Amino acid sequence: MPADLAVEATTTLGDIELDVSLRVGAGECLALVGPSGAGKSSVLRVAAGLLRPRAGTVRCGEETWLDTLGRIDRPPEERRCGYVFQEYALFGHLSAWQNVAFALRDRPRAQRRKRAHELLERLGMAARADARPRTLSGGERQRVALARALARAPRAFLLDEPLSALDVRTRTAATRELAALLGESGVPALMVTHDFAQAAALGDLVGVVEAGHVVQKGTPAELAARPVSAFVADLTGAVVLTGRALAGDDGLTRVALEGGEEVVSPDGAAGPVGVSVFPWDITIEPPHATVHGSARNRLAAEVTSVTEIGGRVRLGLAAGQPLVAEVTAAAVAELGLRPGTRVVASFKATATRLVAR
Amino acid sequence: MLRAWSPARRGERPPWFGALVALAAALVLTFLTLPVVAILVDSSPVQLLASLAEPGALDALWLSARATAVALGLIMLVGTPAAWFLATRRFRGRALVITLVELPLVLPPAVAGIGLLAAMGPEGLLAPLGVSTSLSTAAVVLALTFVSAPFFVRQAQASFSAVDPTLVDAARTLGASEAAAFARVVVPTAWPGLVAGTALALGRALGEFGATLMFAGSFAGVTQTAPLAIYDRFATDFPSAIALSAVLVAVSGAILLAVKFVRGSEALGGAGRPRG
Repeated sequence: MPADLAVEATTTLGDIELDVSLRVGAGECLALVGPSGAGKSSVLRVAAGLLRPRAGTVRCGEETWLDTLGRIDRPPEERRCGYVFQEYALFGHLSAWQNVAFALRDRPRAQRRKRAHELLERLGMAARADARPRTLSGGERQRVALARALARAPRAFLLDEPLSALDVRTRTAATRELAALLGESGVPALMVTHDFAQAAALGDLVGVVEAGHVVQKGTPAELAARPVSAFVADLTGAVVLTGRALAGDDGLTRVALEGGEEVVSPDGAAGPVGVSVFPWDITIEPPHATVHGSARNRLAAEVTSVTEIGGRVRLGLAAGQPLVAEVTAAAVAELGLRPGTRVVASFKATATRLVAR
Repeated sequence: MLRAWSPARRGERPPWFGALVALAAALVLTFLTLPVVAILVDSSPVQLLASLAEPGALDALWLSARATAVALGLIMLVGTPAAWFLATRRFRGRALVITLVELPLVLPPAVAGIGLLAAMGPEGLLAPLGVSTSLSTAAVVLALTFVSAPFFVRQAQASFSAVDPTLVDAARTLGASEAAAFARVVVPTAWPGLVAGTALALGRALGEFGATLMFAGSFAGVTQTAPLAIYDRFATDFPSAIALSAVLVAVSGAILLAVKFVRGSEALGGAGRPRG
């Protein structure tokens, strides 16, 4: 019977204080995203029983895995977790199927081999069942690690950067497969990653972790649309310009940017703020365009870099502060954009979010 | 010959330098292999078999084999978990403990023998507790264990330290207790290092002389191991001493080859943790 996973923990990790309280529903995936060293992995370790917090509880459905007040602390081997480690932690002295069978010790010996092969086949790894981990590619290792986690018949999945060790080409397919697998399993999944795109791809909910605390939790779209801080905005891929806000007389807030220039935003704020804007909301115009659109914000800028990424072109801009815009390759050709070109970067006031600094 | 070994890019070093280093290498090789070659040249196969057929020689070899086997068994049985403890636990005075464990490595064998007598001899430290032995086969085993255990423990500790702790974590989350994770993941992963440590301890135990002589004495059939037997007869029965030496050369050579083989397969990725 699938059930929720609830983790509450307070503990000291080096010089940061971890203090989290999370609940993941059956069949849901909560992705914790944040920079390395924020304590994300420690949450997984607490859930699995590999790290004992100073105070906390871990509950999985009816079972209590940890309750520091009730003096309950079940060892890792008694917590049915499907833990996928960052570099997969496959056992080098065992073949792929033996790695999977390692999790099947509670079954009769005769069944282990058969079950291990079934799981590998389910992940499309039947042909590599006898291979040693060192001969497998990154994507293949990830599949073996997933098969091994599944073999444990887990009541909760714990995934530590499950996609980060993969190259970009493998990652797209692996993300799709992992999402399908988590959906089928029907158990709660707690995942950590430093990459918002991965968190958004797999997480039903995303929690942003900063220095041991979950600073914001919501759907990926909510986080991108309404980040509570410059840190969250930055994480979601938005560009953050810094400046000082002043209430304007037309209902718009004027922000004097550091390094000159001024932008306006419908959000209310005062004092030091970050102005977040997504790169794809920024339009590039030649410097002396005679006709202007509805964009209220217009910054003179110089192109510093032109990088093509999968059909889009990312423009690095210097507009007093560094800025990033995403445009099409056709636009780059039409406007003759190259490093050194002077342009105007414009974006609507409504494309901005003011966040506290 | 020398020409073939000179560096590919000529003119970078003066020609005499190449000749000098090659000469030094040739001297080292000659000096270090000469005694071994002499032993093998001096013992014709017929003579060797004849000398070994003499009961005393075979007794000494048999005693060496038994005492070494028992000592190695003790070392692996207790040393393996002890090395895991030293490799994974952090506690006050850990560096001191490790240094003390390594002390017998640098202790002169005569000092080791005296120390064993003072500790476990007839009037030793432990005598009031009833632990007292000397001039017995048990004393031989103790002497061999004392001098060779650090070789194993040191190597095993280094191999265990190199095992990625995440592998142990993974084993635990997959249902293995700490002991099971140790037996089924740590030991197999550290296997090449454990084999190398065993070989080093084996080599040291087989050659042990000074501590055994002082603590256990040299009684044929009871405490006279092969090295003691060689010493015993080099003045009176040189051919017999040579024959015993030849056997030890063969065994030592085999141990060295075994270590090289295991190390070689380790370097090729025969074991160890997965990349990344």
